[in-house]
Amino acid sequence: MWARAVLLGHRSWMGWHRGFTSKTDPQGSGRVTAEVIEHLERLALVDFGSQEAVARLEKAIAFADRLRAVDTEGVEPMESVLEDRCLYLRSDNVVEGNCVEELLQNAHRVVEEYFVAPPGNISLPKQDEQQPFSHN
Amino acid sequence: MLGRTLQEVSAALKQGQITPVELCQKCLSLIKKTKFLNAYITISEEVALKQAEESEKRYKKGHSLGALDGIPVAVKDNFSTSGIETTCASNMLKGYVPPYNATVVQRLLDQGAVLMGKTNLDEFAMGALGSDTGGSTRNPAAHCGIVGFKPSYGLVSRHGLIPLVNSMDVPGILTRCVDDAATVLGVLAGHDPKDSTTIQDPGKPFMLSSLTDVSKLCIGIPKEYLVPELSSEVRSFWSKAANLFESEGAKVIEVSLPHTSYSIVCYHVLCTSEVASNMARFDGLEYGHRCDIDVSTEAMYAATRREGFNDVVRGRILAGNFFLLKENYANYFIKAQKVRRLIANDFVNVFNSGVDVLLTPTTLSEAVPYLEFIKEDNRTRSAQDDIFTQAVNMAGLPAVSVPVALSNQGLPVGLQFIGRAFCDQQLLTVAKWFEKQVQFPVIQLQELMDDCSSVFEIEKLASVSLKQ
Repeated sequence: MWARAVLLGHRSWMGWHRGFTSKTDPQGSGRVTAEVIEHLERLALVDFGSQEAVARLEKAIAFADRLRAVDTEGVEPMESVLEDRCLYLRSDNVVEGNCVEELLQNAHRVVEEYFVAPPGNISLPKQDEQQPFSHN
Repeated sequence: MLGRTLQEVSAALKQGQITPVELCQKCLSLIKKTKFLNAYITISEEVALKQAEESEKRYKKGHSLGALDGIPVAVKDNFSTSGIETTCASNMLKGYVPPYNATVVQRLLDQGAVLMGKTNLDEFAMGALGSDTGGSTRNPAAHCGIVGFKPSYGLVSRHGLIPLVNSMDVPGILTRCVDDAATVLGVLAGHDPKDSTTIQDPGKPFMLSSLTDVSKLCIGIPKEYLVPELSSEVRSFWSKAANLFESEGAKVIEVSLPHTSYSIVCYHVLCTSEVASNMARFDGLEYGHRCDIDVSTEAMYAATRREGFNDVVRGRILAGNFFLLKENYANYFIKAQKVRRLIANDFVNVFNSGVDVLLTPTTLSEAVPYLEFIKEDNRTRSAQDDIFTQAVNMAGLPAVSVPVALSNQGLPVGLQFIGRAFCDQQLLTVAKWFEKQVQFPVIQLQELMDDCSSVFEIEKLASVSLKQ
């Protein structure tokens, strides 16, 4: 499901994904195209997993579109309700730490004091080699 | 003893009518009897008994730490507890044992509270019951006939609370009466150097005064909260409450919060966006669930997150990422932030016009039976159920749900009071007055325990429906 298919197997990937867009969904806005699905899955590192998930996103977008009705001319975005206050900053002194062992205990793969990750810079298998929408 | 208020139990402990260990054991016994409710994810029995023993030693020496010493408390399982598994009810954090306590947990323990365990929640607090973020302290309180209090944003530390929406999350307090909520707030509130979103004033314990004269009070009734979906019973309780204030001399006026109808949509966009960001930390490398795939980092991340998150969580992550895409950012995320300001300003305008406290329903109706509840999907449910509680989180205001009466079906109904920012004490004072007028029936726990044996017969039924 990941991005390499765009460069390597565009046609086959598009064909496969086409079955999972929601252009025929009457409640949807048709915004969740195959391209969007692929893009979001890559960014979120979470897969849609099913047609229902795509439909759900369409509905979520349609719901969010209701905001367009609000006139926000001249209104500044609000990031925090505490925007009028000064942010508190601690002084730059180390007061705690030294808990390497406790922290390493929570990781599945550890070698000495390192968290162990699988090899990076390896692209995921091409689309047509994968099981699309595998359910758990 | 288990049905009494915090203050009553505290007094009983001081007078030696019951010891902390006895109290702890009674509590554990009731927890075990009601296990079929699945209210606890983790019961910290050993820890609790140890804490109870220490509390007992203190009482014997006459050195109790305060009103919370020896009092059994439970903490929702999205607060980090040192040495005790903290899961957020998600596979993603199954087996995760934090090496530290959330600040609010630490403050409770420092006062001698006895931690019974970690309570259940929807995965990552994203359920249709809402979150401390959309109403999940006040909504359940209303459905269960207890007091649910959401402090002003910035008053209580979020350090150690596994975040959902950083700009709206607030630790909430659930107690049997308003005085108890004030007692707990006095322990929890106050600046925390570990949470830069807490205001700088230090906290201190306080006692609520007993209002006798409400004639100087101005109560606002927001007209936009009178929605068609509001059950006629709740509407009637709301109306009676307003009349009660008026008959006792308070000024009761209709006010307007014009952007109310956009609150849920606005919340939906902001929440999913912040969630998309907050859930990014769960990749299986340093803590939490990790799948067995070793082919590549990306493959491992993808599979870990597929296994670790349920559909609701994944759906929100995807929606949030959609709204945060470059081409959507201004039209959705920034737009929602602007609408948030309009909603917050609605409240400011109302409070500036002389209103002290707003009075609204907490929920549309009494609790809906499970089988009916699951007919709608999560977002629809949230949209419906959070309608009265949600805007408060966007504005960062304090709010409290107080039980008012039992419905025709015998289920509790609550009403909500909303106060000005950082006027939590004043808000609770008004709520306390109302509570006294209303005299909501105290739960008869002894009857409940006696009935538990008959309930075991339906235990199988309950566990079947919960597995769906």
